[in-house]
Amino acid sequence: MAYFLQQLINGIALGSIYGLIAIGYTMVYGIIGMINFAHGDIFMVGAFIALIAFLAVMSLGITMIPLALLIVLLVAMALTAVWGWTVERIAYRPLRESFRLAPLITAIGMSIVLQNFIQVAQGARVKPLQPVITGGYTLFEQDGFAVNLSNIQILIVFTTLVLMTVFWLIITRTALGRSQRACEQDRLMAALSGVNVDRTISLTFVLGASLAAVAGLLYLLYYGVIDFYIGFVAGIKAFTAAVFGGIGSLPGAMLGGLVIGLIETFWSAYFTIEYKDVAAFSMLAIVLIFFPTGLLGRPEVEKV
Amino acid sequence: MSALAEPGTSFGQRLQAALVDSLLAAIIAFALFGLLLGFRTVDNVTGLTLQPRPALLAIAVGIVFFGRLLLNLFVWHGDYPITTPFAKLFSRETFERRDIRVLGITALGSALVFIVGIVIGSPACQLVAGCILGFLSIGLLRRIIVHVFPNLPYGRIFTVGGIAFAVLFPICSYLLEKAFHLGLPLRYLFDLSILVLTYIMLGWGLNIVVGLAGLLDLGYVAFYAVGAYTFALLATHFGLGFWICLPIAGAAAALWGIVLGFPVLRLRGDYLAIVTLAFGEIVRIVLLNWTDVTNGPNGVSGIPKPTFFGLPFSATGEVTFSSFFGLKYDPIQGIIFLYYVILALALITNLVTLKLRRLPIGRAWEAMREDQIACRSLGINTTITKLSAFAIGAMFGGLAGSFFATRQGFISPESFTFIESAIILAIVVLGGMGSQLGVAISAIVMVGGFEALRHTEGLQSIVGEGFDPALYRMLLFGIAMVGIMVWRPRGIIGSRTPSITLGESRPISGALVKEGSA
Repeated sequence: MAYFLQQLINGIALGSIYGLIAIGYTMVYGIIGMINFAHGDIFMVGAFIALIAFLAVMSLGITMIPLALLIVLLVAMALTAVWGWTVERIAYRPLRESFRLAPLITAIGMSIVLQNFIQVAQGARVKPLQPVITGGYTLFEQDGFAVNLSNIQILIVFTTLVLMTVFWLIITRTALGRSQRACEQDRLMAALSGVNVDRTISLTFVLGASLAAVAGLLYLLYYGVIDFYIGFVAGIKAFTAAVFGGIGSLPGAMLGGLVIGLIETFWSAYFTIEYKDVAAFSMLAIVLIFFPTGLLGRPEVEKV
Repeated sequence: MSALAEPGTSFGQRLQAALVDSLLAAIIAFALFGLLLGFRTVDNVTGLTLQPRPALLAIAVGIVFFGRLLLNLFVWHGDYPITTPFAKLFSRETFERRDIRVLGITALGSALVFIVGIVIGSPACQLVAGCILGFLSIGLLRRIIVHVFPNLPYGRIFTVGGIAFAVLFPICSYLLEKAFHLGLPLRYLFDLSILVLTYIMLGWGLNIVVGLAGLLDLGYVAFYAVGAYTFALLATHFGLGFWICLPIAGAAAALWGIVLGFPVLRLRGDYLAIVTLAFGEIVRIVLLNWTDVTNGPNGVSGIPKPTFFGLPFSATGEVTFSSFFGLKYDPIQGIIFLYYVILALALITNLVTLKLRRLPIGRAWEAMREDQIACRSLGINTTITKLSAFAIGAMFGGLAGSFFATRQGFISPESFTFIESAIILAIVVLGGMGSQLGVAISAIVMVGGFEALRHTEGLQSIVGEGFDPALYRMLLFGIAMVGIMVWRPRGIIGSRTPSITLGESRPISGALVKEGSA
C-alpha cells in the first residue's frame, strides 16, 4: 500500500509535466489540425534556456532561491515563446494552405534542427544541475517503507494547477480565447468576422511554447539532468497524453498527461523499467485504435 | 512593411523599411540566441559554469541582420528580384537584357575570384567560385540543349542515362584506375555510392506506401531492422548464406508489415503517422532489451558477406572469386560486387513498383490515396489494399535491411532510430512523392551531399581550423529539409505522370494529387 501510494505521488508529478507539454500539442492540433512534431524539442529548448538562465542568475549573485526561480521561470517562458513563434513563422505559416503532409515534414525537419542546434551550441554531453529544491515530508511509514512527498513534487503539482487555471481563464474568458475557439471551429468564417487568424495562430504557438518552457524548468529541477535528446521521447508521450484525453480538449490534455505519467510510473515500479516506453507507446496505439476520440474529445464526422 | 511591398516606392524609402524590418529580425535573433549561443555550459569540478561567447552571438545576430537586409532589398521585394535570371536558366522563359547583365556580372565576378584564389592559394575562394561557375555552366548548357532540341523526351533520356551511368561507373572507374593509376579514392567512392543506393532503394520502397497508397508511415525503419536482424541472426546462428536469407528476410519483413498494418487499418493521416512511429520505436526498444536473442546494445557481429554464385571474395580459401577467374586478389572486388547487388535490388524495387502501378492492385492503391470512401463504395476492399501496400513496402525495406547487415558486417539497434525513418520519408517527400526519378535525385542530394560534407576540407578552410563539418551535418540536413519543403512543397520533381489516361499521357502538377492523406 505504501509503495503504491509512493508510486501514485511520483506518477502525478511526472504526469503534470507531460500534461503541460500536451497542452501545446492539443491547442495546435485543435486550431490548425497538424501535429507540431517540434513541440517536444521546444520543451527541450525551454529546459536549456532555463538551465542557462538559472546559472546566469546564480552568478549574478541572487541567492534567494524563490526569487531566482521566478526570474528563471519568466525568462524561460518569454524566450521559449519566441522560439515557438519563430518555428511557426518559418516552417508552418508558408505551408498553411499546402497539402497536409507538408507541415508535418517541416515539423520533423524543425525537430532535427532544434536538436542539432542545441547539440552544436551546448555540446552533446548531459548537463547535470545540483538539486536546487531539497527536502520534503514523510507522510507515513508502513512496514519500514516511508512514503515521501518532496518539496519539488509539491512545486510541480502546484505550478501546474495554477497555470492550468490561468490558462483555462484565458481560453474561456478573454478575447484571445474567444478568437482562438472561433479559429478552431471555422478559420475562414472567423477571418470574415474580423478575427486576425494569423495572429491568433501565432499566439497559440507562443502560449504552447511558454507552457512547454515551464515543463522544461520543472523537468530540470525534478530530474536535475538534461540533454539535447530529452524532447523526442517526452514529446511523443505528451502527444499520447493529448490524444488520450481527446485532442483539442484542454482538460483532456491534463487528464491524459496524468494517465500517461501514472502508467509509466506503475509499469516501471511493478514490471520492467526497460519497457516503460513500450508501455507508453502501446498505450498510444491502443487508444488511437479503440478510442480515436479520446476520453473527452468530440467525434470527428467524416464528410464526403 | 508597406513601403517594402509596394513596387513604386523609391530606393530610399525601401532601404528605410528594409532596415527597420531587418533590425526587428536581429532583435528576435538576439532573443533566440542570446542565452543559447551567448553562453556555453561547461562542466567544472564545482558543477556547471557558464562561459560567455559574445563574438559567436554577434556573428549569429549579424548574419541574420545582413542576410535579411539583402533578401529584403534584392530578393523578396522590389520590382526585380535578383534571383529571376538564375531561375530563368532552369526554365524555358526568354531572357531580358538585364537578366543577361546580371548573369554576366556573376560569371565574370566568380571567374575573377577563382583566379585570385589560385594566385593567393586560397582553396576556399576556388571552391565557392567554382561552385557558382559550375552552377551557371550547367544552367547554360541546359538552356542550349533545350533550345536546339526542344522536343526530346528528356525524362526518359535522363532515366536511361542515369541507369547506364550507375551500371558502368564502378567497372569503368576500376579499369581506369588500374590502367592509368589516377589515384581515385575508389574505396570511398564505392562506399558512398552503396550508401546512396541503399537509401534510393529504401526511398522507392517507402514510396509504395506513402506515394502510391497515400499511407503516411513514420516507422519504416522497423522493417529495415526486421530484415537486417532476420539475416544477421540466421547467418550467425544457423550459418545460412546471404542469398538464402534474402528472400526469408523479405518475407519476414512483409509479415511484420501485415502484423503492424492490421491494427492501424482504421487510422488515417497524422494519427497513422504517429502510431507507425510508435511501432518503429517499440521494435527498436525490443531489439535493445531482448538480450538473449539480439545481444542487446552490443549488436550482432560477424555477419558474412554475400558470395558470387558460391565464390567468396577473400584472399585465402580453396576456391575464391579471384582464383576462379584467375584474377589478382583485390579487396575492392568485393565492394564492387556489393555495389552491383544493391543496384540490382534497387532496380528490382523500381521495376516492381512501375509494374504494380499498371496492375489492379496498384490502381487500387492510387484510388485509395485519392478517396477512401469513394474507393470503398466502388467495391474495392480497402483492408486488403492497405495491407498489401504495407506488406510490399515492408518487404523492400527488409531486403534493404539484410543488404545493410551484410555490408556492415555488424548491426546494433542504434542503426535503426527514428531519425532513419525521418530521413527516408524526407527523401520521398522532398523528391516529389510518387515520382521515382525525384526520389533517386533527392537521395543523391540528401545522403550523398551530406555524406560528402564529412570529408570536405574546403569548408574547413572557409570557416577556419577546428571546424568539424560532421557535427553540422544533421543541422544542415534539417535546415535543408525545412528549406526545400517551404520552397517547393511538391518536391524537387513537381509533376506526376498519371498511371492511366485516356489518349496521350501527359505529366500533371503534383498539386492535383492527394498525397499521404489517406
